[in-house]
Parts: sequence; C-alpha cells; structure tokens
Amino acid sequence: MQTELKPSSQSSIRKIGWLGSLTESSLAGMEKRKALMGFLFVLPTMLGLLVFIIGPVVVSFILSLFQWDILSDPSFIGTKNYTRMVGDEVVLTSFRNTAVFVLMAVSLQLTLSLLLALAIQQKRMRTWARYVFRSVFFLPLLTSGATISIVLAYMFQKEFGPINYYLGLLGIPRISWLNSSQMSLITVMITYVWHQLGFTLIVFIGGLSNISKELLDAADVDGASGFPRLWFIIIPLISPTLLFAGVVGVINALQVFSEPYVMTKGGPGDSSRSVVMTIYQSAFQNLEVGYGSAIAVILFLVIMLVTAVQFYLSKRWVFYQ
Amino acid sequence: MAVYPGSIEEKRKRSFSTTGLTFWLSILMLIALAVIVIAPILWAFSSSFRNPSDAFKLPPEWLPLDPHFNNYARVFDFIPFGTYLLNSVFVCTAIILGQLVTATLAGYAFARLPFPGRNVLFWFILSTLMIPIQATIIPVFVLMTKLQLIDSFASLILPAIVTAFGTFLLRQYFMRIPNEFEEAAVIDGANAFQVFYKIYLPLALPGMAILIMLSFNFYWNDFYRPLIFLSSNDKYTLPLGIVSLFGSLGTNSLSVVLAGVMLALLPVFVIYLVGQRYLIEGIAMGGLKG
Repeated sequence: MQTELKPSSQSSIRKIGWLGSLTESSLAGMEKRKALMGFLFVLPTMLGLLVFIIGPVVVSFILSLFQWDILSDPSFIGTKNYTRMVGDEVVLTSFRNTAVFVLMAVSLQLTLSLLLALAIQQKRMRTWARYVFRSVFFLPLLTSGATISIVLAYMFQKEFGPINYYLGLLGIPRISWLNSSQMSLITVMITYVWHQLGFTLIVFIGGLSNISKELLDAADVDGASGFPRLWFIIIPLISPTLLFAGVVGVINALQVFSEPYVMTKGGPGDSSRSVVMTIYQSAFQNLEVGYGSAIAVILFLVIMLVTAVQFYLSKRWVFYQ
Repeated sequence: MAVYPGSIEEKRKRSFSTTGLTFWLSILMLIALAVIVIAPILWAFSSSFRNPSDAFKLPPEWLPLDPHFNNYARVFDFIPFGTYLLNSVFVCTAIILGQLVTATLAGYAFARLPFPGRNVLFWFILSTLMIPIQATIIPVFVLMTKLQLIDSFASLILPAIVTAFGTFLLRQYFMRIPNEFEEAAVIDGANAFQVFYKIYLPLALPGMAILIMLSFNFYWNDFYRPLIFLSSNDKYTLPLGIVSLFGSLGTNSLSVVLAGVMLALLPVFVIYLVGQRYLIEGIAMGGLKG
C-alpha cells in the first residue's frame, strides 16, 4: 500500500488523524465506491416508487381525460368526466357524506384521544395502570377495519343487537342504526372512531411525553392548574403533535371505505356512501376507468388542499419550541 | 436492547400532576371508555363460543361459560380458512421480506453513503408519503391487468415491496449509530459492503423490528387492495375471506362468522404480545398508513 503524507481534503481522514493518512489511497477509492454503492442501494426503492407511485399519479390525471373500459381502445373525451361528475347525484352525495363524516370523525377522534392521553399521562397514574389503559385502547388497531365492521354491524343490529338492548335498559327505544338514512353515516362514523382511536392516542401520548419537565414544573410552581394550564401551557406545547394528528386523521378519514362497504354497502339509499366507495364502484365494478380516475383525482386534490390549509392555518396556533 | 434517548421507554416516566378531583374524574372517564372500547372484542369473543341458535339471545353473554368449540371447526367447513390463512401468510411474508431488503439498502444509503443528488432524492421519497393510495390504485390495476398479473399474489406483493416510510424509518436508525463503528471497521480492513452488512445492519435491528410490526399489522388487515386485485375464491386473503363468509351466512350463523373473525385476529394478537413496543414506537412516529 502506497503511503502519502500530503494533507488530504477527505474529512473522514482528518477525523482519524495520522493513522488515516496511512491508508489514504484506499480511503479515497472508498469514497467513490461508497457513492456508487449509494446509487445502487437506493435504486430498487426509486424504481419501485417511480413505477408504483409517481407514474400512476401522473397516469391517473391522464386517464381522467379518457373514456376506457381497459378491454377496448381508450377514447379521449377531454374534461367530460369532470363535467359528468358535477351532474352525478351519486358522486355529489358521496362527497357531501365524506365531508360530514370527516368533520364528525376527526373532531370526535381527536377530542377523545387527547382527553384519554391527558388522563393516562397524569403523574398520579401508576405505571401498570397506564400500561393497561394504553393496551386496551390500542387493541382495536390490531383488527382489520373490514372484519371488525362485521362485529359492530351485529352489535348495532336493531332487534337483537346488544347496543339497543342496553339502551333499552336505559329506557331508550330501539334505534335503527344501520337501516335509517339519518343514522347510517353516524353509525359508520362511530365504528371508524372506535377503530382509529388508539392511533391518535399513541401519537398524543408521545407528544405529551415530549413536553419538557422543567416547563411543567415551572407551571406547577406558578400555581397554574386545571383548565388554564391545559389551555395555555399543555396545548401550545403539544401543538405540533396536534397538527400532525389532525393532518393524518383527515387524510385517513377522507379515504374511509371498509366500514361503510361492510356495514351498510353505502345505504340505505346512498346515505352512507363514501367517495372511495364511488371510486371503487366506477373503476373496478363498472370498469369505467376514466370516470373513476376523475373522481380519484378530485379526491386527491381535496386531500392536498385540506392538508395545505391545515398547514397554513397552523402558523397561527402551532408553536415549535 | 439499547433504550435510545427519546424513545417511548425513556419518556414513560415523564408526566404531569393533577388535583384529586380531576384525577378521579379522569379515572372514571378512562374506565368508561375502556369498557366501551373493549366491549365489541369481548362480545365477539364470547359470542364465537355460543350455541349458534342462542347467539342473538338477549341479554348478551360476556363470558363463554358454556363454550361451543365446534363453531371454530365449522369456519373450516364454510370457507377454505386454511387456504386463506396460508395466502395471507405468504403475501405478508413476501411483502415484509421485500420491504426489509429495499428499505435497509435505501435507508443506509441515505444515512451513510454520500452520493451526488442524495438530498434531492431523499426529499423526493419523503414527498411520496403524501400521496394517497386512491391516486395510484387505478393505474396500478390497469398495469397489473396488462401484465396479466391480476388475480395473482404478485399484484398484491409487487407494489408493496418498496416503502417510503420504511426507508425514512431505517435512515433514522442508521443515522443514530456513531461514525466510530465505521472508522474502526475500516481500520480493521473491512470493505464498504462489509461495513454495511456486518457492522450497521445488526445495529439497526430495532428499526427493522418496527418496520416488520407496522407492515405485518397493515398488510395482514388490508382489505381494499385484495378486494380490488383478487377475484378467485382460492386466492383470497383472510379479511376478504371473512367478509365473504359474512356475506354468505349473514345473521344465520353469527357465531361461526365471529369465530372466523377471532381466528383472523389471533396471529396479529400473538405478534403484538411479542413485539408491542416496536409497534407502538412505530405508530408514535406516524407509521400506520391506513
């Protein structure tokens, strides 16, 4: 091995000091080899993302300008798929339902899981109790949204379901949870929140544990307690976590599918039909690939827009330490 | 296993104090909501052991005091449960192995192998996390149809073996490992690949465990993609099989359907018991892509 004593620009050599200069030529070669290795290592992921994410997003936009059933030749129809949507009562209803669903589901999910996280993270809570509560609220996350919807569909059953039975004991008459157009979306929403609650709970517990102990102790010393402390100290301190949970919660809720698909098939009528159910039906059941893509493109744009608005508004209420 | 600064284990002790009344009120709320959250799972469990003809008898039974195990046997009569189980195991295993390979390679490169354009590529990969499956699924379906892979496991596996989140996750793990490990190994004569394979890969095992837990939980329970890509009954994965059982039996054999639901939940539950801290840490990082 050739040894050279001239000073080197390689940072890794400087770090090792005089010993490194002994192996300089091999290290210089190693930098190049590392760059090549880096390219090779990211190649599979880059190719996969190009073929299965980036490419398809672009193709979705293109397909939305065509009428196509995959089997015959596609025909270009410009923006007709989009103008058709404006007059399609089923599509409009599914967007309205999804908007109502997202508002109800996300506000309920965030409120409940924040309250639960605050309760679980109290100082007086024993470690084992924290563990038990956290595990219980986590349990639904282990289930598939589709199969657990089966269980809740049985429980919400009007005549024999346990939920109406216990409400009956409280003197509440039987509610038609799944078969009335007033209730179906709410029932689906309850099921969804039940399933997703653990996710935001874990995120909030993570956020609360990140609060610096000094700040909380200072608040204790200053006598800030109860609601003022929650509102003026704890909430601002975890506001980045709230933003994150809000953004992810909205993105997920906008794509609700399994719960209405399994529990109500979108009914009665179209009262619990979600946007993704409409995409599924258009693209994969009716094989109207272009029309389905147009609806998917609009949903994608809605997701981007809502996320952007959340980040824009967050400037006013999110504080980064 | 090392407890990293900032991990859930390290922080669990941090908390804040409350007054007596708030404390007891919040305990009350916790217990009430815990009962509500656990009730459907408990009800499904105990009802899966009820005599099918009593399944809807009120009041509901919360403990299976007189268990009818043959509901579980009948699941196998109504649907090819064993086939569905094997299908699910195969699809999940293939996806997880694929993700482990692609994500450790890319994560390592982004953490420790400087190459031109690295930062741009990394932001590019992160930005794909924002893209919902709805914006890609139709063209992927078309692609799979044209490749004649529709109704095959490949249509489920291929699009899932790269993971932007997993790449990000493993990059974070590789970055936590100090440089000194590499320098020492190089002095000992290790080449660049040996440094990756022998030194860094074993140290990133906790990150890989998180990826395994998250992916298993997600793909085991995935319903949307199998519903779209699979059409023949013998290729169904478990959630699809259980929903079809529900569709064909409806309320006639409630106990049998619930036995199927419980059987599908069992593997996830067992794996959760083994590796829950990894799953929870992954979820706290935002890794549950729904």
